[in-house]
Amino acid sequence: MLSIKSLSARVEDKQILNGINLKINKGEVHAIMGPNGSGKSTLASVLAGRENYEVTDGTVQFNGEDLLDMSPEDRARKGLFLAFQYPVEIPGVTNANFLKTALNEIRKSKGLATLDSKDFLVLMKEKMKLVEMDKAMTQRSVNEGFSGGEKKRNEVFQMAMLEPTLSVLDETDSGLDIDALRIVAHGVNSLRSSERSFIVITHYQRLLDYIVPDFVHVLYKGKIVKSGTKELALELEEKGYDWIKEEAEAANV
Amino acid sequence: MNTTLSTMPEYLTRYFENNNLIGPVYLKEIRKKAIGRFEELGLPTTKHEEWKYTNLLPLSKSEFHPALYNTLDKHEVSKDMIAGKDVFLLVFENGKLNSELSSYENLPKGVTVGDLSENLEHPAVIANLTKHASFENEALVALNTAHILDGAFIYVEANVECSKPIHLLYITGGEENVLVFPRNILVAEKNSSVNIIESYHSRNEQSAFVNSVSEIVLDQHAKVEWTKVQMENQNTFHIDYTETKQHNDSIIDIHTITFGGKLIRNNLHMVLKGQRINSNLNGLYVGGGDSHIDNHTLVDHAMPNCLSNELYKGVLDGKSKGVFNGKIFVRKDAQKTNAYQSNKNILMSDDASVNTKPQLEIFADDVKCSHGATTGQIDAEAIFYLRSRGIGLEAARTFLTIAFAEDVLNRISNDILRDELKFRIGNKLNHIY
Repeated sequence: MLSIKSLSARVEDKQILNGINLKINKGEVHAIMGPNGSGKSTLASVLAGRENYEVTDGTVQFNGEDLLDMSPEDRARKGLFLAFQYPVEIPGVTNANFLKTALNEIRKSKGLATLDSKDFLVLMKEKMKLVEMDKAMTQRSVNEGFSGGEKKRNEVFQMAMLEPTLSVLDETDSGLDIDALRIVAHGVNSLRSSERSFIVITHYQRLLDYIVPDFVHVLYKGKIVKSGTKELALELEEKGYDWIKEEAEAANV
Repeated sequence: MNTTLSTMPEYLTRYFENNNLIGPVYLKEIRKKAIGRFEELGLPTTKHEEWKYTNLLPLSKSEFHPALYNTLDKHEVSKDMIAGKDVFLLVFENGKLNSELSSYENLPKGVTVGDLSENLEHPAVIANLTKHASFENEALVALNTAHILDGAFIYVEANVECSKPIHLLYITGGEENVLVFPRNILVAEKNSSVNIIESYHSRNEQSAFVNSVSEIVLDQHAKVEWTKVQMENQNTFHIDYTETKQHNDSIIDIHTITFGGKLIRNNLHMVLKGQRINSNLNGLYVGGGDSHIDNHTLVDHAMPNCLSNELYKGVLDGKSKGVFNGKIFVRKDAQKTNAYQSNKNILMSDDASVNTKPQLEIFADDVKCSHGATTGQIDAEAIFYLRSRGIGLEAARTFLTIAFAEDVLNRISNDILRDELKFRIGNKLNHIY
């Protein structure tokens, strides 16, 4: 589904990613962990197509197509979804109107008929249950005045509505209390299927108790320095990141 | 250059003399005083503090003529019926009421609506006309006052609620550049209620000069909603002066929606002459091309315990210019005043600009006042957020701009009018990209 080869990228003059290699197959959940500043969020931004991130080397293939060549909207239309670490507040645009527009844009691009208001409402109701969202929230302006937890829930709600094939969750667990974490994880887990893949970016192992990954990768200084299964996350939780850093530095010498 | 600005052009003098043959004696006297005052004042130049950013030179260099009328047909009017058909409709063709195209039969008992020229001796007109909009220091009020004849007169008796909105629909345009002097007056007696739409449209692409003045008087507990809509062509000059006078416990909502025009200047002067008054003033201006849109507002809190709330938003593209000047006076007696003001602008191009100036003058000590002005571009992060959900770049920009503008339109209570304006603003913004 996704194949990242020796991906390097910088923001302004700062080189952040230094040759990332990662292959994700259909149905897999990959966790990407790593200390602060290791490049986790940059990877998410590059995949989603955020401006100001310059790819200096490498390729990213998404279902056989060159992802880096696509506009952010085309990436979304082809099934990529980024759950933002800091979702944007958009005053004056209701959540429902926003999602209806987005969903119909994606449907149009696939040659599907657009949903009318009634069908949209039915779908919305069904997906709202997944993240225990109440109806009032859909009529509020996108993320405006939402608590941290509500914003993250709204991201997962959008993901459920748009049904992407590859979701990138950028520190979706940050700022969540345990109840919100459970709700968010439940939303994600209910979307797991043999056709859908996930990249779960997190600093802490905690989220991975709820969203159990197939693979865990550790990012350090813009490179994947260690890969393993969920046991690796537990080891990191126990020992911290220092031993990874030491290993990586030693390998570099 | 200065001679053009300070003296009355000959074509106007001739027009004044003919016009002043019509009407009651009291009015002829007022017109004479007004024309004298206009000649003394002259058109303001940019040296005048209130006209610093709005240069009337292009106006004074053009020649305008009073136009023929009664050539409009029903079809031309229907496309401008932005508040739907279920209204009391007064159509003004080049400033004059066209009674064939108007329909305001079956008015509720206690509501008088009609041509100002036919109501000049109505007691409410005699008591109020020119009593609120002073021409002493306002050259363009003087110019309008010197030509008072046509316009709308609306009188709502005490305890009467006007069942349907009253739409004053002005269509301007002729073969030559047309000059019109609309003069509107509304007197809402105690505990009455009425909704007015005052809209301006162009019949063709010819230039025109609309010099309008409205006087709006609310007695105690009266409730008025007044929506001004300026949809004129890109060659039109429109200078409006609107004065509201409110007494105890009255509520007014004034919306000023401007779609463009060559040079638009709206002066809105609100006087709160009683207690527990509520004054809401909202504005939206959407400029493209070389439009110049200037809103000068003044909210004058003279008495205690009142609330004023002001929100003006602008979207400026092309080489258009916006000007916002919002004054709030809180006089010494106006304790417990709440006065809020906000002006927000989005610039869509590098050549568009805006000058915004909030001005609070507070002489009372127990008040709550706030003001703020912002000018910027559409939030890039918000655009990325929308794009990351599959919405294209252009659509995302339009979507966010419309959302920004709709905030003002959402304050209009009439569903048909609000939806029509949203639709047309949406079209205009779509067209900008």
